[in-house]
This record gives sequence, C-alpha cells and structure tokens, in this order.
Amino acid sequence: MTAKSLTDSAQTHHSHPTGWRRWILSTNHKDIGTLYIIFAIVAAVVGGAFSMVMRAQLMTPGGGFMAEHHQLYNVLVTGHGIIMVFFVVMPGLIGGFGNWFVPLLIGAPDMAFPRLNNISFWLLPPSLILATLALVTGSGLGTGWTLYPPLSGLAGHPDASVDFAILSLHIAGISSILGAINFVVTIFNMRAPGMTLHKMPLFVWAMLVTAFLLILTLPVLAGGITMVLTDRNFQTTFFEPAGGGDPVLFQHLFWFFGHPEVYIMVLPAFGIISQVLSTFSRKPVFGYLGMVYAMVGIGFVGLIVWAHHMFTVGLNVEAQAYFTAATMIIAVPTGIKIFSWLATIWGGSLTFKTPMLFAIGFLVVFTLGGLTGVILANGGVDIVMHDTYYVVGHFHYTLSMGAMFGLYAGFYYWFSKISGYLYNETIGKLHFWTTFVGVNLLFFPMHFLGLAGMPRRYVDYPDAFAGWNFVSSIGGFVSGIAALIFLYLILEAFLKKRKAPKNPWGEGADTLEWTLESPPAFHSFEVPPKVK
Amino acid sequence: MYKRLISFIFMAFWAGLSPLCADKPVPWQMGFQEPVTPIMERIIGLHDILMITITSIGVIVFVLLGYAVYKFSAKRNPNPSKTSHNTLLEVVWTTIPVLILLGISFPTFKLIYYMDKVEDAELTVKVVGRQWYWHYSYPDQEFEFDSIMVPENEVSDPGLRLLEVDNPVVIPVNTTVRFLLTADDVIHSFAVPAFGIKQDTVPGRVAEIWTRVTKEGTYYGQCSELCGSEHAYMPIAVKVVSKEEYQKWLESAKQQFAMEDAAPSHHRTGNEIVLAQNNNARK
Repeated sequence: MTAKSLTDSAQTHHSHPTGWRRWILSTNHKDIGTLYIIFAIVAAVVGGAFSMVMRAQLMTPGGGFMAEHHQLYNVLVTGHGIIMVFFVVMPGLIGGFGNWFVPLLIGAPDMAFPRLNNISFWLLPPSLILATLALVTGSGLGTGWTLYPPLSGLAGHPDASVDFAILSLHIAGISSILGAINFVVTIFNMRAPGMTLHKMPLFVWAMLVTAFLLILTLPVLAGGITMVLTDRNFQTTFFEPAGGGDPVLFQHLFWFFGHPEVYIMVLPAFGIISQVLSTFSRKPVFGYLGMVYAMVGIGFVGLIVWAHHMFTVGLNVEAQAYFTAATMIIAVPTGIKIFSWLATIWGGSLTFKTPMLFAIGFLVVFTLGGLTGVILANGGVDIVMHDTYYVVGHFHYTLSMGAMFGLYAGFYYWFSKISGYLYNETIGKLHFWTTFVGVNLLFFPMHFLGLAGMPRRYVDYPDAFAGWNFVSSIGGFVSGIAALIFLYLILEAFLKKRKAPKNPWGEGADTLEWTLESPPAFHSFEVPPKVK
Repeated sequence: MYKRLISFIFMAFWAGLSPLCADKPVPWQMGFQEPVTPIMERIIGLHDILMITITSIGVIVFVLLGYAVYKFSAKRNPNPSKTSHNTLLEVVWTTIPVLILLGISFPTFKLIYYMDKVEDAELTVKVVGRQWYWHYSYPDQEFEFDSIMVPENEVSDPGLRLLEVDNPVVIPVNTTVRFLLTADDVIHSFAVPAFGIKQDTVPGRVAEIWTRVTKEGTYYGQCSELCGSEHAYMPIAVKVVSKEEYQKWLESAKQQFAMEDAAPSHHRTGNEIVLAQNNNARK
C-alpha cells in the first residue's frame, strides 16, 4: 500500500462529524484549538471591558461613579485579573496555539490523548460560569486574584463568592493539568522520525517547559485554595491565627504557583516570538540551544523565587536576601533570550508584516518590563515599590503587553493557516500601531505614580495623582479602540474570504505547518513526515 | 562628589519639573517623595545605581534594535546571512550580565541587612490595622487611640483629601522609633513613602520595623494591602515634632486617650512585647 492510499483509508475510518457534534464531542486538536481561541477572545472582551470601566473610574479623582460602590471596584480588579490570567492568556496561548500547532510542528497526527483534550477544553466554560457567579454573588469577589485570607475568609467575604471562585479555579486547574499532561506525552512520544528534541521548533520547547511548570505548581494552588475552602466551610484553621494557623502560609502556597504562572503565560509567547522573528528575517533562530536552555533555566529558577512577592510580609532577613539573589539570577537567561532575538534579526532580510511588528513590539515592551523587574527584585528597594502602581506598570509590561503581543503575533502569523483566509494587512498594521501607542500611554505613567507612592487596587486617590492617571486612562481608551479594530479585522477577513496559500510568508517560514494546505485537512500527518 | 552629581542628575530626571515636597505626593510627580530617613536615603541611593544600570542596558538594546530594523530591512539587505551561532558572543552576553548582577548584589544585600531590626530603639509604638482605620498605642506610656480619615468636606487642604486623619501618630525627630505591627481582622499594610517603610500587618503576627526621621513635618501614607471595600480610605499620617514638643504632646495625649482598661497587671511595655515575641520565635 502506498502512503497515499494509507492516508485515504485513515480518512474513511475517522468520520468527520458535523454540526454541534463536531464541536461538543470534538477530539480533533485543530477544532479544540479553535474552540480555545474563540473562548479566549470572548473572555478577553469581558476582561477588557472590566479594565475600560476601571480606567473610566480612575480617570479623575473624587470617587467618580463608584463613589457609593467601593466594593464594585475591588470586584472589577479581581474579575479582570482572574479572567485575563485563566481565561484569556492561558487558553489563548496554551490551549489555542498549543493545540493547533504543537502536533503540526512536530509532525504528529493529533494530540496523544484526544478525549482528554476534549474534556480539557469543556471544563473551561463551567469554570468561567463559576467565576462569573463569584463576581456577582453577595457583595462580589473583592479579594484580588490573589485570594489572600483572612480577606477571602468568612470575616472578609461571608457570602458564597469566594467559594464559587475556588471551585472555578479548581476546575480551570484540572483543565490545565490535563492539558499539560497531554502536551508532555505528545511531545515526548509523537514526534515525526528525525524530529529530535534538539530539532523541535522553539514554540514546542516553550510548551514543554510550560507544561512541566503547570504540572508542578497547579497542585500546590489547589491545595492552598482547598484549605481556604475548608477554613470557610468546615471550621478548619489553616490560615486562622485563633486556631494556630497563619495567613502568610497561604501566600507562600499561592505564590509557589503564582510566580511560575507568570512564566507559564509568557514562555509560549517567547516561543512564538522566536519563530516569527526567524520567519520574517529569513534567518534561522540565533543560538537555538542557548534559547532552549534559557527557557528551561527560566522555568527552573522561576520555581524557586516565589517569596519576592512577599517582601513586605515580614520575611526574615536571610530569606529576603535569598529571594532577592535568586530573582536577580532570572535576568541572565532572560538577557540571553533578548540578545539572541536581536542576533536573530541581525543580518537578516526583514519584512514588516503585522506578526513581525508585534514581535518587534514585544522586544521593546518586554525589555522595559524585564528591566523594571531588576529593580523590583531588590528586597530593599521593593519595600517602597510593593503594592504601588510601579508593580502594576511592571507586570503589565511583561504580561499584558508581553504575553498579549505574543498572542497577537501568533494570531497574525497563523491566522491564514487556521482559517484559510488572509487578513487585511493595512488593518493589521493599524491595529499594531494603535495598540502599541495605547498600551505605552496606558502603562508607562504608572511607574511615575508608583514611585510617588500611589497604592494599587484603589478606587479613589489623592488629587496629586490625577495628572498621570488621566494620561493613563486616555491610553486605556486608545487600547480599547485598538481591540475593536482587531475584532473588525477578524470580521473583515471572514467576510472577504481571500483564499490563503499554503505558505503566505515565503522561504523564511520553514516549519512543518507551512507544508500543509490552509486550512489543513481535518487529519494531517497521518503518515509522519520525514524530518531532515 | 562624582556620586552626588550622578545622583543629582537622576533625581532631577525622575523628579521632572515638579517641585520636591516633603510630606505628600504632588501633581505630575515622577519620582520618589523627598527622603527624611536614613533608610529612604539609602533606598534612593540604590535605586539610582539600578536606574543607571537598567537605563544603560535599555539604551544599548533599543539602539541595537533600531539599527537592525533600519539596516536589515528587506529593501536595504535583500540577502540574509545564515549565521546562527557565535559561541564567543553567547558566552559574552551571558557573563557580562552575571558580572553586572554580582556588582549590584553588594549594595543590595547591604541595604536589606541595614533595614532589618534595630536593637536600641528609644521609643516603641504599636500599630494595629483594622477595617478601616489605624489604631496606635504607646505601650510605655499607657495610652492608645484610633486614627480615622478626615471626610472629604472637612479636610484642611484639598491636597490632603484621602490623606488627612483626625489623630496622627506623633513621634519625635531624630529618635530611633520601633513600630510593632499587627492587625485585628484582615491583612493591612502600614506604609509611609517618605520614610521608606512598608510593612504588612498580619493577624496573629507581630512584625517589627524601625525608623529615624531627620526632619519635622507631617508625613502621609496609605494602606498598601487590599483589605476590603474601604481599602482606599484608611490613610496613615505621622507627625514628626521636636523632642520638647513631643513631651508636651505626651502629657496632653495621656489625658485625652487614657487607656480605659489600663490595669497595670495586664499591661506590657514595648520592650516586654518584643522580648515575648523573641522568646516565641526561639521556641
């Protein structure tokens, strides 16, 4: 039997379900990836709307329209954080692009456990529903995404909102762990012949490190929030001083997950950026091995620096010194990545299509966010920065802009492969420039506010902070308009239906997904490709 | 001299055009509030070093990036090179950051250890965070009081909206003061930017920080850990007065805020609290 007839017979064995069955019962990595991407975009609209309301509230001092509803602001802060982390960035980068492209990039026919893949996705909608219930139950979930007790205990939130949030995070956590196991097994076992670990594209490596981080840290979060749940409902006292517990213990458990979580969000973006820069420079990635082990290094060190989120809780001085030193070390592998990216485009032949613009934009914003991270790493200096807008500026530069630019770069890079249509380059460029100007105007002034002492998570602020907050809000609204341009771009592409070729990017795009049709057949690589 | 000049340039850079003001933030402020304690001076000193470092690195990265984007566009450079390795270069850009980090780690550790506890505090003030006000007590003087935000329509100066309180905590100038901090309900955080102090107040724990203010005035801070709906409405005001004035204030405060249940047997002095805490820590 020839390879061709093998493929044909395989096609007939796997029926191609249609209608609702195709999506609800899907075991196909491409369809599940598409579901994840749609889910992330829907959640991003909600999370983004929350931030627009917050920026409107903070545009001027004096309490604004929340003058009588201070808790509402805390609920928005919490909702924005939880939605963006668990329902936008993770589903978008890991579930969406991970599902679509890990099998294609390693020449595998699908994920290792297709049914597990189905449940990974379908756990997310109920999780989002529970998170929404948490936000609207009683006085609303106003704990911040960090859920610190005692504020998240019965004393701070007597109604069921925190319970809903914990159940939501449990379900989202199970979804992520199952997805992560699926990625690890797929990457280790289903690579095409010749695709050795050290030949894998960097996005696959990024997903592998991310999957390990998820498997190692999510159970700790699950343990921590379960203890909050039993403190609230079954009279345990893990975090209750009256019963011998300690609120600071929760912070250790939370940040043992929470810090690696920021790398979970940004590592897949690293992978996308590497491949996009290489494609549009028509040059191989510079220092491939260094890039791989920088990611492994960031993942490893990222696991042992968690208490730098807790410099003000009263850590003893030796612990402060250790967590400061360990945190600063992360600058080294991060530096390797930044310099290798520069070297990747150095000497290349650069074309500035929208994905490339977002990748270069990523280099700018991630460098800025990384550098302010070096300042925050210092346990001494961090005392004045902690819980101020400086921190808000810093982590939005790395995540809101870093991870999001990664998401956009990946979206524009792979849109034609996923949908089969070409997006409109002019609208894409307009979207990039509006976003770039908007987010910088939004987040850069936050550093000034932080240095001057403005605490974060404040519904109202002293009048002295009015100036930069106004500028920041204007930037926020520009970013909001940019998001609308993005939605219009998707709509336009689907209405105009410009057929995409196999490879719209030319010879720079040399990974396996570009050898397939756009969109690829329902089942691809049923006969493994040969990798040189 | 050289160091001071650098420091001045950076202060000027970060302070922008805004006048420096001692006690509270000012409009369009871009930098720190003026430091009035040795801790805050050292924090700013280290911050200056770090700013010089990261600004230099940032400039290098952005110049290289800008140059590459200009020079290697497909128009100017139609044939890409195929270089993908350069071991020497990779070793260099790994080692140099390591050396830079080693360099800045020395002042960093010095600062962290300097900011730790002091042995010889001259005055102890106990701070309790509550939803949503601060409660201060002077264990050695047997009085305590609440400090509550002044409502918007009663503030003495519009710039003090959300900052002014009815009873500021009072401490003498040029005196080493130890704060013992805890909370009754949820976690709050006691912060005064001009002093360079910020300490979470955690129920069930007593934290210890110290300060020594070198300039008289009233200094403002705000609760810095999300503590519920009125988180933005529990400011901190610290009035720093001369030692003589402090004595006078003590006399009047003792009468005004006499502890209602100051039964001597139940009352512990500041040093006794610290002692008990240290004993607990050793157990």
